[in-house]
Amino acid sequence: MTLATHGLDFGYPRRVVGRGLDLAMREGEVLCVLGPNGAGKTTLFRTLLGLLPALAGRVSLDGRDLASLDRAQVARALAYVPQASGIAFDFTLQEVVEMGRAAHLGAYAQPSAGDRRGARAALERLGIGDLADRPFGAVSGGERQLALLARALASEARCMVMDEPTAHLDFANQSRVLREIARMAGAGIAILLCSHDPDHAFAIADRALLLDRGQALALGDAAGVLTAQNLTRVYGVTIHVADVPTAAGPRRVCVPAAAA
Amino acid sequence: MLITRSRLPLALVLGIAFLATLVVGSVAMGAYPLAPGDIARVIWQTLGGGTPSTDAARAVVLEIRGPRIAAALAVGMALGVAGAALQGVFRNPLVSPDILGVSSGCALGAVVGILLGLPLAAMQGLAFAGGLAAAGLVLAIGARVRGADPVLTLVLAGVVVGSLFSAGVAFAKTIADPYNQLPAITFWLLGSFAGVLPRDLALALPLMLLGIAPLIALRWRVDVLALSEDEARALGLDVHRLRLVVIAAATLATAAAVAIAGIIGWVGLVVPHAARLLVGPAFARVLPVAAILGAAFMLVVDTLCRVVAPTEIPPGVITALVGTPAFIALLAASARRSP
Repeated sequence: MTLATHGLDFGYPRRVVGRGLDLAMREGEVLCVLGPNGAGKTTLFRTLLGLLPALAGRVSLDGRDLASLDRAQVARALAYVPQASGIAFDFTLQEVVEMGRAAHLGAYAQPSAGDRRGARAALERLGIGDLADRPFGAVSGGERQLALLARALASEARCMVMDEPTAHLDFANQSRVLREIARMAGAGIAILLCSHDPDHAFAIADRALLLDRGQALALGDAAGVLTAQNLTRVYGVTIHVADVPTAAGPRRVCVPAAAA
Repeated sequence: MLITRSRLPLALVLGIAFLATLVVGSVAMGAYPLAPGDIARVIWQTLGGGTPSTDAARAVVLEIRGPRIAAALAVGMALGVAGAALQGVFRNPLVSPDILGVSSGCALGAVVGILLGLPLAAMQGLAFAGGLAAAGLVLAIGARVRGADPVLTLVLAGVVVGSLFSAGVAFAKTIADPYNQLPAITFWLLGSFAGVLPRDLALALPLMLLGIAPLIALRWRVDVLALSEDEARALGLDVHRLRLVVIAAATLATAAAVAIAGIIGWVGLVVPHAARLLVGPAFARVLPVAAILGAAFMLVVDTLCRVVAPTEIPPGVITALVGTPAFIALLAASARRSP
């Protein structure tokens, strides 16, 4: 058990977004959260990360109540991969990834040679070690996203929360990022991510959570949850699910009906 | 980035050597020109070599130009480092120490001191207190207004509090005695190193260093604050507390600088940017470079102030002449970068 929620109500002081969510991540699994805009995915993720307080119920991390942990304790166990980094200055990829070590360093410490090597190794692991000294703003969107994955790896957290890690990426970069996410899960890291594309869940998710107006509509293995019926109901548009033959065997995809 | 991590130590040594050259040049220049030999002799005598003489060169070096140069170096260093730290925590290269209303707060304190006819030291104390009060007010507003973008809230609160304190200064000017007090107020608002006494510097320098010390200690954490707030918190930082500590430290250094030299704009904006151009954004490298560049810039400006014209030019005039085009260039560069 890594990250879990118990009867969790999440949202803002004057606006409850979701109620009574029970969820337990397993080691090495990819759990994909799907749902229309405004379903509460980002609010849920911010609550899981402890950036928003739980309104009721609780979030637990390795069996301990999230609310009882300080920020550094949370950060060592749970990493956050944002949709895009809001970094203000042109730090190099190496420097951005070194920031993943913050929770392991004292307030007055600087990254040690070991921290720098760890950051470099994380970049190598994602195949962008040769870009280490390039400014973050000067590499492609796909490479930036890989660097954010590397930063999460450098933190040594065993559980990661990723907010639409493939947003704004082209096909090649989407599949590259998804492949790396699947590899990280293969190394035993529990990964909770959200996406707007059910195909991504079919491609790499062990389980899927369908969220609609804050409610968990279905939670289970991706094929069982992401049915044409469920997707049609949640997204409010007719959606067909089909298996497409590819060189690597059939792949399940979903196709929304054309607008009337 | 022109200076890499491995070349930084050499660059700092060269920077300090350059600064020393500027100091010697500044000591030599002025209404009473000195030869390098005179300067060397005075320094040698002061260090205990040979018999001290009481000639004009000695008075010029030790009593007139020396304290003034030391003050310019200290103020430039403090403003450069404070500006770099604030640009880091506000995640904005266009921020400067004036943004939190510190300068306006200092100004009001000083002007009240002049109106009350207080001695110089008391006036500087009031200036310092006014600067801290303004920054405290801004931070209190920032802490009260929840839910909005916290950085934007602080910047806007700084603008509002700054204009409130400026209104106080304007009112003070209207009730001041136009023959004695008003010139003093105007002179102080423009900033100057002409009247800085060794005693003032002895009081202000420890406060500047006290402000800079936490910034040195937290130099790496300041970089992590360049991330969005959610990212920085998710990486394990207590963002609100860290931001508060950095702002308080930078304010202390700024207020101490303004208290002895008056309001000198632009240094805290332009110097950190030049430092980042040289060594990249990492604060651990920006900090020493901004300190050296700030000191050098301030010294050059002040030397020009006292040598180019028969009467003293306020340093704020020259920094504005340099700063305005630099700011416009910065604005244009940041507009080009963002899509």
